[in-house]
Amino acid sequence: MREDEYMPIYSDNSISPVTLDRREFLKLFGGGIIIFISIGDSFALQEARRSRRGYPEDFNAYLRIGEDGRVSCFTGKIEMGQGIFTSLAQMLAEELDVPLNTVDMVMGDTALCPWDMGTFGSRSTKYFGPPLRKAAAEAKAVLILLAAEHLQIPPKQLIAKDGVIFDKNNTEKKVSYAQLTKGKTIEKHLKDKPPIKHYSKHTISGKPTDRLDSKQKVTGEAKYAGDIRLPGMLYARLLRPPVHGAKLKSVDISAARKIKDIQIIQDEDLIAVLHQCRDEAEKALGMIRAQFELPEKKVNNKTIFKHLIDSAPSEEIVTKAGDLEKGKNLATNTFEATYLNHYVAHATLENHTAVVKINGNKATVWASTQTPFRAQSEVAQVLGLSSKNVRVITPFVGGGFGGKTRNQQVIEAARLAKLTLKPVQVAWSRKEEFFYDTFRPAAVIKVLSGLNDSGQIVFWDYLNYFAGDRSSQPFYNIPNHRVLSRGGWGGRSEAHPFGVGAWRAPGSNTNVFAIESQIDIMAEAAEMSPLEFRLKNLKNERMKRVLKAAADKFGHSFLKAPSRRGYGIACTDYLGTYLATMAEVKVDEKKGKVKVNRVVCAQDQGEVINPEGTKMQIEGCITMGLGYVLTEEIHFNGGEILDENFDTYKIPRFSWLPKIETVLIDNPEMPPQGCGEPAITPMGGVIANAVYDATGARLFELPMTPGRIKEALKKRKALVSCHA
Amino acid sequence: MEKTIHFNLNGKPLRLTSAGERLLLWVLRSDLELTGTKYSCGEGFCGACIVLVNNKAVRSCQYPIKEVDGKEVITIEGLHKNGNLHPLQDAFIQHNALQCGFCTPGMILKAYTLLLNNPQPTYTEIVQAMEWNLCRCGTYNRIIQAIQTAARTMKRGRSR
Repeated sequence: MREDEYMPIYSDNSISPVTLDRREFLKLFGGGIIIFISIGDSFALQEARRSRRGYPEDFNAYLRIGEDGRVSCFTGKIEMGQGIFTSLAQMLAEELDVPLNTVDMVMGDTALCPWDMGTFGSRSTKYFGPPLRKAAAEAKAVLILLAAEHLQIPPKQLIAKDGVIFDKNNTEKKVSYAQLTKGKTIEKHLKDKPPIKHYSKHTISGKPTDRLDSKQKVTGEAKYAGDIRLPGMLYARLLRPPVHGAKLKSVDISAARKIKDIQIIQDEDLIAVLHQCRDEAEKALGMIRAQFELPEKKVNNKTIFKHLIDSAPSEEIVTKAGDLEKGKNLATNTFEATYLNHYVAHATLENHTAVVKINGNKATVWASTQTPFRAQSEVAQVLGLSSKNVRVITPFVGGGFGGKTRNQQVIEAARLAKLTLKPVQVAWSRKEEFFYDTFRPAAVIKVLSGLNDSGQIVFWDYLNYFAGDRSSQPFYNIPNHRVLSRGGWGGRSEAHPFGVGAWRAPGSNTNVFAIESQIDIMAEAAEMSPLEFRLKNLKNERMKRVLKAAADKFGHSFLKAPSRRGYGIACTDYLGTYLATMAEVKVDEKKGKVKVNRVVCAQDQGEVINPEGTKMQIEGCITMGLGYVLTEEIHFNGGEILDENFDTYKIPRFSWLPKIETVLIDNPEMPPQGCGEPAITPMGGVIANAVYDATGARLFELPMTPGRIKEALKKRKALVSCHA
Repeated sequence: MEKTIHFNLNGKPLRLTSAGERLLLWVLRSDLELTGTKYSCGEGFCGACIVLVNNKAVRSCQYPIKEVDGKEVITIEGLHKNGNLHPLQDAFIQHNALQCGFCTPGMILKAYTLLLNNPQPTYTEIVQAMEWNLCRCGTYNRIIQAIQTAARTMKRGRSR
């Protein structure tokens, strides 16, 4: 992001929204075949912005070639660490035929970028990539036509390379993109859209590429929402209830008033202190005395599972095939198990932050958000402005993982900016992060499955509570199956005592933990190794291929569990990305502690745009995944969140790090699928299976805390002595 | 109590008047607009706010401004000199040892003090030194590689 141009820190006057429609535009500029206009005046862009469904047709909405030859790439997606700052630039540079280092990303700016629903679900490359490529391909084709006119050479004789178009018979005859466009928007479009390049012709896309945002991030220059400084800006701290559902009875702000230059706002439910120094605002907040009426504490993290089952909505059929009763009759061995998952926090290092500045009937917002366009309408609504007068700018986001799809802090900053008539920054504290986070919901999964004598799965009856449908459909070859879901991972279900929502690969982590644990239980009963059993029950060739690739890299043969060696397997189909993960663990049975020594992941995501970026995502998924598997669990009592910081809510640290190895399956024929989330989904299953292989103790509840591991070990011993 | 505090910030002498108990983090971030130092957990658990005071890594969210009186403070903005990145910064770039970048300034400054005290740390020593710097994106493996690379570069005599 060239922030001087697109992310003005001290001024929001660099772009004045223009509202020319096509008719007015033609009146002004005439109706010639080729016209150039400057970007702020582009009706195409305006139209694109108005059409709130799908991506725009006009390629100018995606890119602009500057007079200096630099190319701006506009996307409503945001960069939160996942690396599309680099991979989208690669896609554009490839298709437009410009050097990668001439591309500047402009991301998540509602005034400049095409509308986008938000950055989540590993969707950026999969869904934004194709229109971006088409836009660049058309722009290049148009540029060649313009060059033909300019050079008086037939288009077929021209070649584009590195932002220059030249005569293939005489390379001296050439013209650059910048010379052709002079920094203006290109008002010529093609009826027949040119095809995008075949992957075999790629020289930028598909090549391992270092992050383009590193330098700003290692020097401290990279700006996040909390780094925005505006003249007169106030830092706000808000009074919060001690528990969810508490009602304010009385408040005494007299002590806080004594702090010099403090501003105190009381507006219905909103009580805030504001100061030009954040620490002074913090001090004032500590001096407010408030009394709340507390709700009854109905549920805690011990009783939550029964509560969820009792309060779940009615079931929905995710998928169904064959005849379950027939399957049950074919089974010689049936297996019934219940899997439990606790609430998990996003715990991004950057807290929810927003800065809002109101100027007359216009507002500018800087926000740490995965959904800038949603923030735009929310701010417009709360301020009573039209959406087009609200500009949301998304600087770098310091981690999202689904936790920054709602914009509570943006709305708070907007209300306070309106009430104080000053620019206001709201940056949540860590305690607020844990209080208002939309947690990955606690969930229960019940599975009943059966095998026949030859070790084939003959039926599968699966029901989840609050895990939704994602990754719940069996990819094993099971003739008789049914998958039911009672409640998804999102929404504002009354069942949960606080907010829940999307958490990296929503629902999938929970579903895959249950599915892949159940598969291992059956493998052992079938007297097979977990690898042999999976291959026997798979017909899907793509899944077999990733499984074999992972096994090759892993290098150890699998034996019937428990082999005492601590090897585990789990597979996932996450929205079209297939992967197999294998792990090696050591269990300290006395302490109940698991050390993960090695994780191998083979992933098939179709065409890979940036193999280096993909590896980073897989490594990040594996490392982050260890948290929800081993320690991460929100402790609560009713609406009271007992975890307030990283002392009790433990996320993975350096010492947890296993050796991580990745294998990317070569499958460029398939359009790119997602890669930001898939590799986190098998972590529950693969570690549970490895722990079983090491100890013979089966863990049915995540996270596998030392207490739960010791309990499972005890049950194992009881079982052993019972059989003896 | 307002107090006049003299210190060197990123190589330049500075004098400011402030309540001595104010935390270094907020003085840096809001008064001095040096925003490379990050606020995250606010209680010293995560390391995102680490700066150098007399070449020791301190968690600026826990560090009163009066403590820097007469001392040398270096923030991430002051690590590169004359346009040249520090070998650690180069190594973080080379290994793509970051994702969202929010923990990065604290990671680099913590690693800086490690290499100052132990120029050739083993893998285990790196892990021990870095243990209380948190990264949510999961880049620990690459950070370790970056520190190892920087240590080799610095051994060859390039300190900047």
